[in-house]
Amino acid sequence: MAPAFQSTPSAADPAPDDSRSKRGRAFLQGSVGGGRLADFGPLIVLIGLSLLLGLLNPSFFSFRNLVWGLANSAAIPLILAMGSTFIILMGSIDLSIEGVLCVGAMIVALLCANDSNDHDFGWWGPLLAIAAGTGLGLLNGLVHVVLRIPSFMATLGLWFVGLGIGTVALGGSAVRVLDPGIRAIAFQRVLAFPLTVWIAAAMFLLALFLERRTRFGRYIYAIGGGEDIAALSGVPVKRTRILAFTLAGFFTGVAAVLAAAQLGQANTTIADGRLFMTVTAVVVGGTALTGGWGGVANSLVGVLIVAVLANGMVLLGISPYIHETVQGLMIIAAVALSIRRSGSFTIK
Amino acid sequence: MLKVENVSKSFGPVKALRNASIAVGAHEVVGLIGENGAGKSTLMRVLSGGMRPDTGTITIDGSPVVLRDTSQANRYGIAMVFQEQSLLLNMSVADNLHLANEQPFTRFGVISRRRMIEAARERLAKVGLDIDPSQKAGELSFAARQMVELAKALSLEERTNTPLTILLDEPTSVLETKDIKILFDRIRSLKSRASFVFVSHRLDEVLSISDRIYVMKDAEVVAERTAGATSVASLHAMMVGRDLDAEYYREARQESPGDEVVLEARSLAVGGAYRNVNFTLRRGEVLGVAGVIESGREELTRTLFGFLPQTSGVMLIEGREANLRTPTQAVAAGVGYIPRERRTEGLVMDISVAANITLARLDATMRHGFIDHRRERAIAVEWIQRLRIKTPSANQVCRNLSGGNQQKIVIARWLTANSRILILDHPTRGLDVGAKEEVYDMIRNLSAEGVAIVLTSDTLEETIGLCHTILVMRDGEITARFDAPPHAKPAQVALLEHMV
Repeated sequence: MAPAFQSTPSAADPAPDDSRSKRGRAFLQGSVGGGRLADFGPLIVLIGLSLLLGLLNPSFFSFRNLVWGLANSAAIPLILAMGSTFIILMGSIDLSIEGVLCVGAMIVALLCANDSNDHDFGWWGPLLAIAAGTGLGLLNGLVHVVLRIPSFMATLGLWFVGLGIGTVALGGSAVRVLDPGIRAIAFQRVLAFPLTVWIAAAMFLLALFLERRTRFGRYIYAIGGGEDIAALSGVPVKRTRILAFTLAGFFTGVAAVLAAAQLGQANTTIADGRLFMTVTAVVVGGTALTGGWGGVANSLVGVLIVAVLANGMVLLGISPYIHETVQGLMIIAAVALSIRRSGSFTIK
Repeated sequence: MLKVENVSKSFGPVKALRNASIAVGAHEVVGLIGENGAGKSTLMRVLSGGMRPDTGTITIDGSPVVLRDTSQANRYGIAMVFQEQSLLLNMSVADNLHLANEQPFTRFGVISRRRMIEAARERLAKVGLDIDPSQKAGELSFAARQMVELAKALSLEERTNTPLTILLDEPTSVLETKDIKILFDRIRSLKSRASFVFVSHRLDEVLSISDRIYVMKDAEVVAERTAGATSVASLHAMMVGRDLDAEYYREARQESPGDEVVLEARSLAVGGAYRNVNFTLRRGEVLGVAGVIESGREELTRTLFGFLPQTSGVMLIEGREANLRTPTQAVAAGVGYIPRERRTEGLVMDISVAANITLARLDATMRHGFIDHRRERAIAVEWIQRLRIKTPSANQVCRNLSGGNQQKIVIARWLTANSRILILDHPTRGLDVGAKEEVYDMIRNLSAEGVAIVLTSDTLEETIGLCHTILVMRDGEITARFDAPPHAKPAQVALLEHMV
């Protein structure tokens, strides 16, 4: 292996015969030299998959399918994946997505013009839904950090708290969204794409910005790379963790508004399958469950892979049950492929 | 001037520091030496804010300070370069250098990556490291990472007005000779900017780099010397602190081993690690294996317990050929292993003494195929008495016991499993003096009962004091074999000759 960096004779040499350093480098090949290809693995999969589908069914590349079949159906998963990416980058997990989303959608439906009560608060609904999502995210973070409960348990609890609240408030039935303004989020087109897609794109850019250009983003990677080291370096670990869960709640809140608008109603099953889809997308995109590696750009690719696959199977007329099986296999394969470069096998 | 005065620290019953005092002057390199467990690392952790002492004071230029955590220590100009390196391998060198100090590069919450990398380049130049700061730390060699750590520590000077003190904890342990030389050159040239505390167990290195040297032993600072006025030999004598003390190692209780050979190695070899190893181990014999790092002795002990199967040669246990491929087979063949990492490999800390003792031999506790708690307790109580394990009861959780007692529980487990051969891998590492003596007593007891022991130890002194026979290894081969009968023990120098 060639030394990975140049050094003047006076500088510390890379010690090419140092077996420990060799192992250390080979170990991290995921992001270096020969390993570069692996970094683009998900992207290559995405392109390959798209080309294959285009060959099997030319209508895959039709503009209509790209907008409605692909972009529109990937929008909400993308927003959810943005929040989850930060959590998974820290080596944690947020299982509460479905519960929080259910609460958010319920708030939107019950506060705007609907077929269940006489409220007509218009945009207050979406605003409050996002606030509620953010609040529940904050709660996740506080329970996890202050009570020192593993994120897995804390968010599992809140998942069902959210579902419970949603079910009770909706009275077990569906509430239709009648507010035309809110419905327009799903159907109003701007430059050929529905507003939903633009909102998702904005959320992606926001997440990308947070990841790359803020201290928060750095600290997320630092915590995922080694929480003890980060703490010893003076990284405010607790604050960052709480902030990350709050942010995830915010993204889920936004997704809830879009979901209610898209479906035209809120019901207790509005969030079904979203958690699995989100985690699959993040992991397939190449973000390690052990934390520290990957990012929101990976998740964009991951969401598109999942969406292309779903879209392709619809186009090819494959049964939705088989679709679920494929998704399940995909997540296991993705984790199996990524585990190679992670040292620790504990998943928080 | 950074001063530590009369600092003490205990972990449960273990005294890790006892009234330790050191001083570090401006532009000075202070060496700190001592054996494993002498308290060097604890003292470093106290100084770096990683640990609060029980008693004692730390002063900087005469005014007392409290080092609550790392960042507070940083504010007082104290930074540590860790033995287990503290770079985040998934992040760039620049990110690592500025971690938690991104403010200067942040405007309206937005980080300027370009300015961060520029600043990183400047910092790297200070330690003479010419690498691309946007590279991931994981791509660097150990030597380069160490330099980055040094640069990170040195960057404190931009954030504090107090003179810097940089703590180097065993910085040379992962470096090769030429990298060590580079590190030392850097330290010498950086003396104008900072003071250093240099911790190492390599005495020649400490002597060559330090102005002044403190010697630690058994949790105390026992001596202070100017580098020019001492030598490796006298430092070593102070560090070890006793010429072979017959009583300390219970030599009077060393009995001649039996004649019956329980373990025999014939031309044992493992790939590049060691080759052509021949020895016999008799009933009740304590066999020491001495050698420096990479002499092959660690690998040899691992082979004896099936962790690292031999690639050629034969091992006989009680006359029968034993082909140990896994630790499970070793246990079945009557071999027990006492690992050096008690906390992670030896004991399940959060279960009871009784459960730990019977772990390797659960069937001894069973009646009709189920665990009989009364029987389990009886076995535990018997061993608690025989090995004089100090525990309130057999139900006590192991975490709450002292290191020496924990070590006894590991041994009790193997004795329960009827092990007739015990591999003791650095059995006194991390124990204080009292606990060490308990382990020595126990080794004598085991030996008297006919258990054969293979011992590797952190110190030659211990090996010589405890063993009947000593094998010396160098570069994967046995270079000498010493008999060490009571009161006719070989000298350390005699062994050293064959080690290096």
